[in-house]
Amino acid sequence: MQQTQSANLTTVATGTNVVVQAVLAMALGLFVVGMVGFSHISAVHNAAHDVRHANAFPCH
Amino acid sequence: MHVFRSIVFAASLAGLIVGALISVVQFFGTVPLIQKSEVYEKAAASAEHKASHSSGGEADHHHDAEWEPEEGFQRNALTVAANILTAIGFGLLLTGIYALRQRPVHWRDGLFWGLAGFAVFVAAPGLGLPPELPGLPVADLTARQTWWIATAALTASALYLLILRSEPWAAVLGLILIIVPHLVGAPVAPESHTGVPATLSHQFVVTVVLTGLLFWSLLGVATSLAFERVSRQRS
Repeated sequence: MQQTQSANLTTVATGTNVVVQAVLAMALGLFVVGMVGFSHISAVHNAAHDVRHANAFPCH
Repeated sequence: MHVFRSIVFAASLAGLIVGALISVVQFFGTVPLIQKSEVYEKAAASAEHKASHSSGGEADHHHDAEWEPEEGFQRNALTVAANILTAIGFGLLLTGIYALRQRPVHWRDGLFWGLAGFAVFVAAPGLGLPPELPGLPVADLTARQTWWIATAALTASALYLLILRSEPWAAVLGLILIIVPHLVGAPVAPESHTGVPATLSHQFVVTVVLTGLLFWSLLGVATSLAFERVSRQRS
C-alpha cells in the first residue's frame, strides 16, 4: 500500500515537473517570437522588416 | 531539466531547417513583392519630403538617422536569421505541446498541430489585419499589435476547448471565443491615398497566406519528428 502511494506521488511529481519544463520552453518561444516580430526598437524592426511583412505581423 | 533540454534541442533543429527552407520560398515569393512596393513607398515619401521642405517644415528628419540593413547580402542574411528565430520560437510552442501531451507524437499529429498554429497565428489575425505591403496606410502600431496578440490568444484557447474538451459548453464557448475579436474589430487604417496598386496587394495576401500554410505544415512535421527522435534517445 505504502509502496503504491509513494509510486503515485513520484508519478505526480514527475508529471508536474514535465508541465513546468514544457511551459518554461513555451514561454521562451513566445519571448523569441515577440523580440523578432513585435519589438518597437527601430534597429530590430528594420533588421526583421521583410519577415514581419511576410508573416503578416503588424508593421508600419 | 531533461524535458526542457529535449524541447529546446528539437525546436532548434526543426527551426533551423524550416527557417532556412521558408527563406528560400520567401526570396521567390514575398520579397520581390515587398521590393516592388517599396518603389511606391519611397516615391510617396520623397514627394512628402519635398512638400514639407517647400512649406519650411523641418519635421521627420530623424528618419534618416535610423539604422537600416544594407540592400543585398546584409538585408537577406537578416531575413534568413529572423526566419530561423521565428521558426525556433514557434517550434518551442509546438514541441512544448507535444511534451505536455506526454504520449508518442506521429508526424501526422505534428502536421495537425502545425495546421492549428496556422489557424491561430495566420488565419485568425489575418482576417482582421490582412498581410500588408510597406507603404500602405495603417492604424497605430501598438493598437494593431494588441488586437493581433489578443486574437491569437483567444483563437488558441478556442481550439483547446473545441478539440481537447468533449463537453457541449466547451464547443459553444470555443466558437464564441473565435468570433469575439472580429465582432470587436481590428483597428482601422485612416483613409488616405496609396500609390501601391491593388493587384500587387492582392497578390501579396495570397502569397503570404500560402507561405504561412507551408511554414506551419513543415514546422509541425519537423518538430514532431525531431522531438520523437530526441526523446526516444533520452529514454
